[in-house]
Amino acid sequence: MRLAVDVRHRFGAFELDARFSGDAGLTALFGRSGSGKTSVVNLIAGLVRPDQGRISIDGRVLVDTAAGVFVPPHRRRIGYVFQEARLFPHLSVRGNLLYGRWFTRAAERREGFDRVVDMLGVGALLDRRPSALSGGERQRVAIGRALLASPQILLMDEPLASLDLARKAEILPYIERLRDEAGIPIIYVSHSIDEVARLAGTLVLMAAGRVLAAGPAASILARVDLEPLAGTEEAGAVLDATVEVADDGFGLAVLRTAAGPLLAPSAGLAPGVRLRLRIRARDVMLATRRPDGISALNVLEARVAAIGQPHGAAVDVQLDCAGTALVARITRRSVEQLGLRPGRPVFAIVKSVAFDAG
Amino acid sequence: MFGLTDEEMTAIRLSLVVAGWATAGSLPVAILVALALVRSRLPGMALLNGLVHLPLILPPVVTGYLLLLLFGRRGVVGAFLADQFGIVLAFRWTGAALAAAVMGFPLMVRAIRLSLEAVDRRLEAAAGTLGASPAWVFLTVTLPLMLPGLIAGTILCFAKAMGEFGATITFVSSIPGETQTLPSAIYAFTQVPGGDAGALRLTAVSVAISMAALLASEWMARRAGRRLGLS
Repeated sequence: MRLAVDVRHRFGAFELDARFSGDAGLTALFGRSGSGKTSVVNLIAGLVRPDQGRISIDGRVLVDTAAGVFVPPHRRRIGYVFQEARLFPHLSVRGNLLYGRWFTRAAERREGFDRVVDMLGVGALLDRRPSALSGGERQRVAIGRALLASPQILLMDEPLASLDLARKAEILPYIERLRDEAGIPIIYVSHSIDEVARLAGTLVLMAAGRVLAAGPAASILARVDLEPLAGTEEAGAVLDATVEVADDGFGLAVLRTAAGPLLAPSAGLAPGVRLRLRIRARDVMLATRRPDGISALNVLEARVAAIGQPHGAAVDVQLDCAGTALVARITRRSVEQLGLRPGRPVFAIVKSVAFDAG
Repeated sequence: MFGLTDEEMTAIRLSLVVAGWATAGSLPVAILVALALVRSRLPGMALLNGLVHLPLILPPVVTGYLLLLLFGRRGVVGAFLADQFGIVLAFRWTGAALAAAVMGFPLMVRAIRLSLEAVDRRLEAAAGTLGASPAWVFLTVTLPLMLPGLIAGTILCFAKAMGEFGATITFVSSIPGETQTLPSAIYAFTQVPGGDAGALRLTAVSVAISMAALLASEWMARRAGRRLGLS
């Protein structure tokens, strides 16, 4: 599956000019509010007709202004999970879930009702009205409703934005299962680095209606030159890891990553489990010599790859650890005192490793 | 029944038939007109709006006379209908139904229009992404969400049709058994000596029917509201 987007559109004073492609798995559209993410998704869904441009999925053209092609939304076979759920108030949860199935030919139905109900844990809610659901439940039903229309691609517009932290934590695992089990590509709009780092395989970074960068999430998240990412509290790198040893006797697990082995609190991990690690820039220190007599356990050999724009006293330094990117946030003063410049070998001291069990 | 004479029963039955047909015939047209007024971007919607509301503002006698001019035997539309389809409206109960429909129509359109304006178009967009064509979206999402307004419009139109007097008597006169509806019958009673008892009985019936319609509409609107999770 390949989604190709190349569109230009004016909304009043706002101008959108976006070109990117997304592959199988989860592609995150990331950027601040007002950067044009939702507009892109509305264009893909056909809710908005672009002034100019072309959108196709696997060569199937959805819109092409030059050729005069515009497939109306109901013939696009696109699942859309809106930020505010948009469940039909006059139908029960069951009626909502089955709505899209009425309009799907039997031969094109891929999702079994029971399987989706099971995967999203909405079995106990089937006879309720949407008004009697919590925000998290509503969002799960909305996801199920979109899936049961057997779409070729799933669009999710900030599905967690209107939820509190507990509800977010409740839904995130479902979205991960969706990404890994549903077998359809997902376009996921978000302005939260946490969500993107946890979910995305591909990342499209947007600002002011334009695509700043697009590519594998790990390499884009570690870039120190991209304004919406660099300098934020949450900036940092993501690494894929496998649990090698579940408990070393001190309650720590040994995780194998492309950057080298890392120790992290084992918290119920089993050997062989695959994880996605987040190492925030503010949790990484740099040393020019291998540190000695230090409590931090994770010390990785690295090389300075790039030095970003300073933010006040701080600056983000991109590191190359055996081909994998890490980011360290240090002071400008340290950069000068240590004589850091691209190519310089250093040691990265990782103070803490955050991970989401996958 | 209830001490009503045959003549009075006929008037009541006729009123119910006339108002029923007027309401049933108006409903689909009112939905289409409300759709056009709310959703259409075509020019001329202000004119349509004015036309629909005209019977509300004009003296009923004027509306009745205009109907007579248009739909009478020698009227433009009336002559055409009579020649082509053999349909005669003037001085028939069907004409009474037409007059009642025209008078109740603005009330029905107003109620339906309000409920249509309140429909969340984002829900319609959501239905579209789920594969529903615009016609199916209208039938399965828009129309059910408009239900409280449809009920209110229907009851208002029915009540107006039951009480319509001026336009009816001008257009189709007051022929017992053919065009003499409840209000015409009451009026006739008040014009003859000793008719007070009949007028009073029919008035009581009138009040009872109106009250029943009002209660039914309240009950249905509450039920529909609950279904939509509004209360």
